[in-house]
Amino acid sequence: MALYSEKVMDHFQNPRNVGKMEDADGIGEVGNAVCGDIMRMYIKVKDGIITDVKFITFGCGSAIASSSMATEMIKGKPIAEALELSNKAVAEALDGLPAHKLHCSVLAEEAVRAAVKDYYDKHGIQYDPAIFGCDDCAKAHEHAAET
Amino acid sequence: MYVYADNAATTALSPAALQAMLPYFSQEYGNASSLHSVGQRAAEALQKARETVAEAINADFKEIYFTGGGSEADNQAILSGAALGARKGKKHIISTVFEHHAVLHTLKKLEKEGFEVTLLDVHENGVVTADEVAAAIRPDTALVTIMFVNNEIGTIQPIAEIAAVCREKGVLFHTDAVQAVGHIPVDVKALGVDMLSMAAHKFHGPKGVGALYARKGVPLVNVIEGGQQERGKRGGTENIPGIVGMAAAIKEATTDLEAHMAYVTGLREKLIRGLEQIPHSRLNGDREKRVPGTVNFCFEGIEGEGLLLWLDAKGVAASSGSACTSGSLDPSHVLLALGLPHEIAHGSLRLSVDAWNTEEEIDHILQAVPQVVSYLREMSPVWDELERGQTPHLI
Repeated sequence: MALYSEKVMDHFQNPRNVGKMEDADGIGEVGNAVCGDIMRMYIKVKDGIITDVKFITFGCGSAIASSSMATEMIKGKPIAEALELSNKAVAEALDGLPAHKLHCSVLAEEAVRAAVKDYYDKHGIQYDPAIFGCDDCAKAHEHAAET
Repeated sequence: MYVYADNAATTALSPAALQAMLPYFSQEYGNASSLHSVGQRAAEALQKARETVAEAINADFKEIYFTGGGSEADNQAILSGAALGARKGKKHIISTVFEHHAVLHTLKKLEKEGFEVTLLDVHENGVVTADEVAAAIRPDTALVTIMFVNNEIGTIQPIAEIAAVCREKGVLFHTDAVQAVGHIPVDVKALGVDMLSMAAHKFHGPKGVGALYARKGVPLVNVIEGGQQERGKRGGTENIPGIVGMAAAIKEATTDLEAHMAYVTGLREKLIRGLEQIPHSRLNGDREKRVPGTVNFCFEGIEGEGLLLWLDAKGVAASSGSACTSGSLDPSHVLLALGLPHEIAHGSLRLSVDAWNTEEEIDHILQAVPQVVSYLREMSPVWDELERGQTPHLI
């Protein structure tokens, strides 16, 4: 289908790092079923490095592809770097997304951040709450529209 | 194997229709308004096509107005009913919440022009009753417009009963029969409708051509101003190849209709029986009151677009009412009208088969759908929560 780039279709049909993780250090879930997209991301952290990452996603082709791409982009990276992952970078790595699907890449960015936040919370690590933004889909759509 | 199971979206042009059309592109290319013999041959073909289309729905040929498709026919019917009503000081229109957008958006436009529109709710089974229409009719009701067959779920509305109610109360009645013509018997006289819309490409005719039936005595207003084509009610040089193709297709689709319906109903029942085996699935719309070929299911815990993309990869063309396929935040207005919650409506699948499909194709669909549904459920956080009992199953 011409709706999506070959990269999106590849990540949709062969999602990387898909599945659940039993012993995750942090789990982030964003989106909601009413909007039609939910992403859950699991991270394993050692010495400040994301050593493993998994995801499961309820959503359209671009939501699944965005989750898959985001996991690839943060795997093996320091947390500080993962927190810098932007929706734009995810969309670009997928060779672009249709305009009305950009919110999927926003969700992927937010899922990473939510997983890190959960890791911080569970491990009593101090952080500035301001670094973690919105997680509801209406805001994600607005966010996507702005970018 | 690649199975086309999206015939409610559009159909392949039938070979008979194509053969009928071919001479009218480059050999018989005349303008039906011209006096010379080339033009007159086009005029004859136009007349013959008009008679064929009229005969297929038991109308008089003078009651058939060719249009650029079903949407245009819907627009013209509704704007005509509204204009006629307005002349008598009647500015109220009744329809349903789950009409096609060609109807709903025309009604929205009329609302802005001062008309009042009542959209009737439909029951959970996707059917509206004649009693509900009767109860909504007011002294100032100008028009009732209700679809014959719903395009997404395939349910059939009691059109003859609704027409009887409208006639009794002296209200004009239009039905969008785009999904009905060529698939179930449509007899405008027996139904008692005043106006009826159809589109050729839904019954193996060409795209870009349709027709509006308007009972003798129902005055139409133009959507397209121009020459005296279509008794002055639709300007523009007639699309002769398209119209000839529509006539050939309607003739083919309505010949042996009963036998086709029995065959397609058999395919549909096989589909329903197979898809019902998938846990936490639901058939949308009345089981019996449905057009032979259309099936709409919801599968809990998954999203429709992913389902469609995977089915395409596995050789099945289908459609969905999910938000992602509509390009908006909301899933299909039709599924929401049935009272389905958003999270269920997102996971919908429409399969529409017809006489061109085979048993083997149904087998192929029934092999692909359960595989894709369970694959997507395995990677769905919604399904994970349902399975762990964190949220209750809704279906």
